[in-house]
Amino acid sequence: MLAVDDLRTHYGPVRAVDGVSLTVPEGSVTAVLGANGAGKTSLLRTITGLVPASGGHITLAGEEITRLPVEEIVRRGLAHVPEGRGVIAELTVEENLRLGGLWRRKQAAPQEEIYELFPRLRERQSQSASRLSGGERQMLSIGRALMARPRVLLLDEPSLGLAPVIVAQIMGLIRRLADTLGLAVLLVEQNARSALSVANRGIVLNLGRVVADQEPHQLAADERLRHAYLGF
Amino acid sequence: MTKFIDLTLSGISTGAVYAAVALALVLIWRATRIVNFAQGAMLMITTFIASAVISSSGSYWLGFGVALAAGLVFGAVVERVLIRHVENAPPLNAVILTLGLYTLLVAVAGMIWGNSPRSFPAAFSLQGYKVGGTRLLFSPNDAFTVLVVIAVAAGLGLLFRFTALGLQMRAAAFAPEVARLLGVRVGRMLTVGWALAAVAGALAGVLVAPSVFLGPNNFDPILISGFVAAVLGGLDSPPGAVIGGLILGLALSYVSGYEGSALAPLAALVILMAVLMVRPGGLFSATKERRV
Repeated sequence: MLAVDDLRTHYGPVRAVDGVSLTVPEGSVTAVLGANGAGKTSLLRTITGLVPASGGHITLAGEEITRLPVEEIVRRGLAHVPEGRGVIAELTVEENLRLGGLWRRKQAAPQEEIYELFPRLRERQSQSASRLSGGERQMLSIGRALMARPRVLLLDEPSLGLAPVIVAQIMGLIRRLADTLGLAVLLVEQNARSALSVANRGIVLNLGRVVADQEPHQLAADERLRHAYLGF
Repeated sequence: MTKFIDLTLSGISTGAVYAAVALALVLIWRATRIVNFAQGAMLMITTFIASAVISSSGSYWLGFGVALAAGLVFGAVVERVLIRHVENAPPLNAVILTLGLYTLLVAVAGMIWGNSPRSFPAAFSLQGYKVGGTRLLFSPNDAFTVLVVIAVAAGLGLLFRFTALGLQMRAAAFAPEVARLLGVRVGRMLTVGWALAAVAGALAGVLVAPSVFLGPNNFDPILISGFVAAVLGGLDSPPGAVIGGLILGLALSYVSGYEGSALAPLAALVILMAVLMVRPGGLFSATKERRV
């Protein structure tokens, strides 16, 4: 569904993404792991068009999206849940959700569907998003992305700053979304162990390059990789 | 007592004009973090256009409508053609650009329409209402001014609160990057924001022109008052702009009524300084400053 081929991104002389290739098939979760500064967030931002690619190709369902503006990439079925959750604190929960489906007009998911997935949000729908807890914000951010019924979901560190029990819930949800909706999920995580528990494929980045691209159990079994890059 | 009532009513009427200018400044500040120093000159141009339409067609209301429509187009064009280039640049670039636009518009207006002020018709009678045996300073035209500004402010409030366009505009203003990720065409929202702001400005122009007369520089004091009103209400808050405008209108009306009109500009600056010292975020700002 999503394919990245030899993607490169530069910030001045710094090579943030340096020849990354990966594919995310429909109904699967690909985890991108690595330490701080490995280029994970830059990779996602380049795929979405927030940062211009300096080389390489990105295709979504076979269509080249490499140099399209963000708004156009979103309209081709890609949703990006940014790091730090990206909830708009000045809007209510309901407004945040509505915003997510606006460009889809009539084809947007009904909010009821999102509330079924996250009953906590229903209780808080008329409250300002600034009053949500970290876990609730993450739920809102993912729910808002689902409003547009995307085909590809990019998640940037969804576990950051959340209690382990909430992390487990979110990871379980990500797996379910891939299985039931057929979403292609690209999951960027520092929390390698939880990400690998739901992924079909694990990719390890270091200094913008792919240093490993394997099945999760192979990655977990490789002691050298685990110690050097994954921290468990 | 009659004097107090007179001053209060006329304060509300001039305050409504300040509110409209403040609204124009706030809409732009909120969306693009730019103080539009050209706002006074932009509303001067639309008022000249209204004047030309009124004198050639004989219809005040046609001129009124054309002024607002011209504001809409003018605001959008200024954003698209000029402001777009400085939106992500250092703030000083935008300051210089809007000051440059101000100078250009004043010069162009002088070349086309001349520099001597001319009169501008009022929508309704300027003669005050008669209550009992006394005639108030408050005229039907003042009532119209207050009502039309309230209507426009309420209209904008409803637009922001209840429409898809308003929701997208708020998202684009608060979190442009997240808004883009949700498919909001942020650039288009900024254009709409500038267009709506210029409509509020154009409205202030035609409302105040009968009392300040129409000339290239005659609206400069209105811009300053509008700016004080906007700061008073918190630069970020449209309802704050309206309330700030009314408070400033009342304050200046009392000062010039009881202490002499020469003190009014000074009073405006004192209010501005006091607000900046005591409550820099404005009276109605949502954000709170803190010492770290």
